[in-house]
Amino acid sequence: MEQILQFFFTYKEAIFIIALSIFLGIEVISNVPSVLHTPLMSGANAISGVIIIGGIILVGHADLSTFSLNLVLGILALIFGTLNVVGGFAVTDRMLEMFKKKKK
Amino acid sequence: MDKILGTINGMEFTVGDTLLELSYLIAALLFVVGLKLLSHPETARRGNMWAASGMGLAMITTLLLHKDANGAGISLTNVWIILCAIGVGAAIGWIVARKVKMTAMPQLVSLYNATGGGASMLVALLEYPAAVAGNIGSLLVTVLGLIIGAIAFSGSLIAFGKLDGRVGDIMKPFMTYLNLVLLIATLAMGVYIVISPNPPSEMLWAIYALTALSLVYGVMFVMPIGGADMPVVISLLNSFTGIAAAMAGFIYNNQAMILGGILVGAAGMILTLLMCKAMNRSLLNVIIGAFGGGGATGDKDQGVMKEITLSDASVLLSYSQQVVIVPGYGLAAAQAQHVCRELDELLSSKGVNVRYAIHPVAGRMPGHMNVLLAEADVPYGQLVEMESINPDMPGTDVTVVIGANDVVNPAALTDPSSPIAGMPIIKAHESKNIIVMKRGRGKGYAGIENELFFDDKTRLLFGNAKDSLQSLVNEIKSL
Repeated sequence: MEQILQFFFTYKEAIFIIALSIFLGIEVISNVPSVLHTPLMSGANAISGVIIIGGIILVGHADLSTFSLNLVLGILALIFGTLNVVGGFAVTDRMLEMFKKKKK
Repeated sequence: MDKILGTINGMEFTVGDTLLELSYLIAALLFVVGLKLLSHPETARRGNMWAASGMGLAMITTLLLHKDANGAGISLTNVWIILCAIGVGAAIGWIVARKVKMTAMPQLVSLYNATGGGASMLVALLEYPAAVAGNIGSLLVTVLGLIIGAIAFSGSLIAFGKLDGRVGDIMKPFMTYLNLVLLIATLAMGVYIVISPNPPSEMLWAIYALTALSLVYGVMFVMPIGGADMPVVISLLNSFTGIAAAMAGFIYNNQAMILGGILVGAAGMILTLLMCKAMNRSLLNVIIGAFGGGGATGDKDQGVMKEITLSDASVLLSYSQQVVIVPGYGLAAAQAQHVCRELDELLSSKGVNVRYAIHPVAGRMPGHMNVLLAEADVPYGQLVEMESINPDMPGTDVTVVIGANDVVNPAALTDPSSPIAGMPIIKAHESKNIIVMKRGRGKGYAGIENELFFDDKTRLLFGNAKDSLQSLVNEIKSL
């Protein structure tokens, strides 16, 4: 029990962020018309590419003095993350472009 | 510019650190605003731009201002390597996204989701050696990020393969148990790594084993899930990718990653549940109760399918007052949305009221049909959702089913033993006449017979949807 309380206390800010973000996520997309399900899913998918920040930090502080498998994997992670971000936003934009056109 | 401003809890903080955190706050807010705008038709495109600019901001400031625990920034050589990697990813991502056909969109979203999950998996794997044994919190987020990221990665790849027609459905009764065993083994391995007192350097074998187990579980998890449920699976895996990114955010104590990830995790989960609701099934039922060809394939005499000639079909349509078009995956696969729009305009010019009935899970993704028809410039107001069109079905003269099957299968309402029992459908069978355009006599994606096709009011027009529609348009023009 004490350990659980300690865990909560150590990570209280993080737990706050999680709890509020969950509600925010639910609130933000409730009432979305089914027309927009696919673009919304695609846009959300692009946002999940935020892992790229982790990739930048990882490779940014990597030791370059020796060539290592870790460096290669880190660069791969960066490429993957960028694919998710750039591809995701580009695809979403392309879908939404079509909605725009026929509005008039 | 990187002046030390003071100390907080014994830690020095500088202008650079403050600006970095401030940029993360702005990025996080842009994600929220972007997602909010994305859920309204008029503002959706702007929302996408806002979210993308938030991501761009966070990337640039991280590159310029991030410092490691010793206060060292990112050195120039590393910056070049990062820029090259981003350049490669951005070029491929952009070109593929611009070039791909609209029909291949669901696969592409699934593929990009896989790369996001893969990135989370790699980041967690590479950060593991830096973790400290006994620090339950940091080990927990690393292990969770690894497991969830790996499942999202391999699972999304299989989903991509299925949607692209490269991977078939494999469902054996023992797989449910095998998957359960795999899941328990994965979780047990994860718990073992988190609570083990050994330093990470001695646990590398375990983290590699955990990666392998999670990857295999991702494959086995999606493998038995069949056709009609693929939209739900993609949405679920999308939610996983978000959660995995958030876990990686905890490793770096990075608020933009945490908020962005959890936001997507929650939004994706809600979207998943909305889709399940549209099919009147529970999420658990989707995951373990895969569709199969079993049960209700029908012992009863189905009767015969009756074909219709082009001229009969064109006369029937031209002299109707109310026509409802029910599009399905066949329309997308045949790229027939433009010629479908042509038929619609031709009929409208003859005074026929043409509307489209959109089933929430028609196609391979929720909203798939809306995107396709929007591409063909079909006005917004002509697309009617299932609940609104169903009361009008008995007054409809002709329902034209184009490449749809399970979403108009009356067995969902009448046959409790059917695999799709309880799924709401578009009540095409209540209209006065039904024309079904279909490639062959085969079954739909759920692998079950459709009694609508044998109905006395139903006439079939076999062939590729685009060819059939084109011939029909020509026929009506020559009337």
